[in-house]
Amino acid sequence: MSEQGKYRPLTYFQLMEVTLRELLVEKGIVTEEQIQAEIDEMRARTPERGARVVARAWVDPEFRKRLLANGSKACEELGLEIPALKLVVVENTPQVHNAIVCTLCSCYPRVLLGIPPDWYKSRNYRSRMVREPRVVLEEFGLKIPENVQIRVHDSTADMRYMVLPLRPAGTDGWPEERLAALVNRDSMIGVAVPKSPT
Amino acid sequence: MADARFRPGDRVRVMQAYPLGHIRTPYYIRGCTGTVERLCGAFPNPEELAQMRDGLPAQPLYRVRFLQKEVWPDYRGNPADVVEVEIYQHWLEKT
Repeated sequence: MSEQGKYRPLTYFQLMEVTLRELLVEKGIVTEEQIQAEIDEMRARTPERGARVVARAWVDPEFRKRLLANGSKACEELGLEIPALKLVVVENTPQVHNAIVCTLCSCYPRVLLGIPPDWYKSRNYRSRMVREPRVVLEEFGLKIPENVQIRVHDSTADMRYMVLPLRPAGTDGWPEERLAALVNRDSMIGVAVPKSPT
Repeated sequence: MADARFRPGDRVRVMQAYPLGHIRTPYYIRGCTGTVERLCGAFPNPEELAQMRDGLPAQPLYRVRFLQKEVWPDYRGNPADVVEVEIYQHWLEKT
């Protein structure tokens, strides 16, 4: 919705959304309250959830192993419900950098990262990330050394992916909460890396 | 669920087919050869679900790893760079 106070007629898709929603309510399939609760829940999901998972994996090697073996199950330990088998966590190492894209639409680990950024859904990112990932990452300000392997993950079907970034140097002995604050959304998509504290 | 015909490490080729409908196999990977990285489980066939059918038996779903330089002959970058794509079994054939 425009916040500029200027009247604009609904677009085709906005009209379709309103029509469908009103029909579902009229027919008693869902209530306005249920729709609002779902929207609230969607807004409550933010990248801080993913950051908690990353920080736990950095401090707890056993948790890290479980997370890489079965992402959904490991997240349950932190009280995060993810449908069975769906979450695949891919780990960055000094030799491998991972990045996530969905070339077909905009599949995204919403449970852990919230609503995807607009660029993630753009045709530009979706088409070029699989074709010239090094160039795209440089446009994000991330230069991956030539000797590091890049793995691009195209989430074309039922899995959802999250990158487990490398723990930055200079954070030895940090508590989980402090580590989590270093982890931003883009580093869990793989278009950035957490910065060392200075 | 349909039996899983491939294992991690198997070389597989993605079918070069262009059926109409809701297809989750990206165009750019059709006809390419890669290596099975893992079996993700089995899921109702999305091509059938899109037609309001049940999609059963569930189709094994694999993550297949492709070398970028084999997908894009003019790829520039580390020759070890890869792209991994989820592909349903009925789109894969043994090489």
